[in-house]
Amino acid sequence: MQPLLYNNSLDTLFMVWWATFYAVVVGVPLGLLLILTDRGGLLQNVVVNKVVGAIVNIGRSFPFLILMVVLIPFTRFLVGTSIGPSGAVVPLAIASIPFFARLVEAAVREVDHGLVEAVQSMGGGTWTVVFKVLLPQALPALVAAVTTTVITLIGYSAIAGAVGGGGLGNLAYTYGFQQYETRLMVVTVVLLIVLVTIVQLAGDLIVKRLAGRGSRSTAPVRVGLRRARTPQASEAPAPATEEPATALTKVT
Amino acid sequence: MITTTGLTKVYRSRGREVTALDGVDLHVREGEVYGVVGQSGAGKSTLIRCVNLLERPSSGTVTVNGQDLTALAGRGTRANAALRKARSHIGMVFQHFNLLSSRTVQANVELPLEILGVSGKERERKALELLDLVGLADKAKAYPAQLSGGQKQRVGIARALAGDPKVLLSDESTSALDPETTRSILQLLRDLNQQLGLTVLLITHEMDVVKTICDSAALMKGGRVVESGTVSELLATPGSELAAELFPVGGEPSGPDRTVVDVTFHGEAATQPVISQLSRTYNIDISILGAAMDTVAGKQIGRMRIELPGRFEENVVPIGFLREQGLQVDVADVACPAPADAALLKEGAK
Repeated sequence: MQPLLYNNSLDTLFMVWWATFYAVVVGVPLGLLLILTDRGGLLQNVVVNKVVGAIVNIGRSFPFLILMVVLIPFTRFLVGTSIGPSGAVVPLAIASIPFFARLVEAAVREVDHGLVEAVQSMGGGTWTVVFKVLLPQALPALVAAVTTTVITLIGYSAIAGAVGGGGLGNLAYTYGFQQYETRLMVVTVVLLIVLVTIVQLAGDLIVKRLAGRGSRSTAPVRVGLRRARTPQASEAPAPATEEPATALTKVT
Repeated sequence: MITTTGLTKVYRSRGREVTALDGVDLHVREGEVYGVVGQSGAGKSTLIRCVNLLERPSSGTVTVNGQDLTALAGRGTRANAALRKARSHIGMVFQHFNLLSSRTVQANVELPLEILGVSGKERERKALELLDLVGLADKAKAYPAQLSGGQKQRVGIARALAGDPKVLLSDESTSALDPETTRSILQLLRDLNQQLGLTVLLITHEMDVVKTICDSAALMKGGRVVESGTVSELLATPGSELAAELFPVGGEPSGPDRTVVDVTFHGEAATQPVISQLSRTYNIDISILGAAMDTVAGKQIGRMRIELPGRFEENVVPIGFLREQGLQVDVADVACPAPADAALLKEGAK
């Protein structure tokens, strides 16, 4: 049982790793393309935007199981086989690319347009804006998007496993479900839970580190106050509110 | 240094047209601090963004430092290499600072140098030098989130200076700051203007900003420049709205048979204590009803509303004396408030 679990876990990691790799490599440029060609974007092009948007939406509407079946000829053409972990990587990657591209689009859209203008005012072109502003500023959100994608892929890989893709899903299905090895099924599910938890925790940690740059010394309370303040309101009332606070601390 | 001629900007959205700029002619001389004031929606922001073509004007030309940027830009909506190069020599400071939170203060200042292709060592040297200039040498390794608003704007200014600009554009750079920080940032801009000979074009909705640092000013309304000139020229213009906003005087006569006179001091002759001279020479009692004065480089600039005893006919000679001193004197048409008050009192009694 041990080698079975070990090998199938490796297969799952193999599928998830390569699918994530392709999702990032193709999804980041695709997401950027969606943003840049959008109305008001740096490379505004309504036709390209609509076409890419439609392709992404079609890719996302396919139920994964159907997508796998539809892609069988394409997968055979690409990797020579449509079964096993290698065969599963192709549909996994193709399912996650549009998903991840939309997440990239949302992450990059959050970047303050003022920063783009600032770089343009310095004489920066589109590439400078992409590599010095959009990607670095969206990095925490992008890492969160990768985390979400990896976890989604772990789920998809289990589905892929059930139809001959290998990995933990295959193990749970063939041994656990078809041969009534309930113990093995439980162990597999626990392994998947552990895997998902580790990925989520690691992702959250990285996001926290990236987003927290420079805010270690400032208390979160202060940030809240600053946000609440309207631009018109001067900081004049601040000393007035601070004084009673200091007075209070002196008393206590 | 900056000249715009017939600058027009029309926004089209869903078939509707909004004219943000309606034929703006602006002339900013080399080495001066020029303030554009107006209420929000007057087109100030569009104007300053048209100067470095962040916003493409619908028609008209922009010339900065002898270079016609509108001709340079070509027809496409994307900035070509020539325009980008010209922009790198025009500094810009923003209301919300627009610093990259993912970069340290030093790396933020290095950003324009990276765009210019300056080598790493040289970038560091220049960035530290600029941070020293704005008084933030010790914050080089800090992140923007660790700085106060005023410090962030200093970083913004240091960053704007990285390309050795001759022109600095300031888009409401002090509007998000408290009054004290505003003063220190304005002082810094003034120092930079004097030390580096930097020409500054700033837009603001705060009259105080214009009063504190501007040599010249323009008032915008509905996409047009309705008044412009140096601060003393504006003061010398009878009925100037900008002068009235910059140096507001109020006050009503204390009784009937008084003459109320607005005296405008616009720098040239106003070094003498004229009011006390007037009082002594003609042996009259003068009361000051209101005044808005500033002393810049030993010269008094501003307005004062004074009250002379007696009707206008009796005060022709003293008024002539004031005019002889080179002051602009306007007889204010303000009614004695007494009858109105009396009426109110009667109403109250009923």
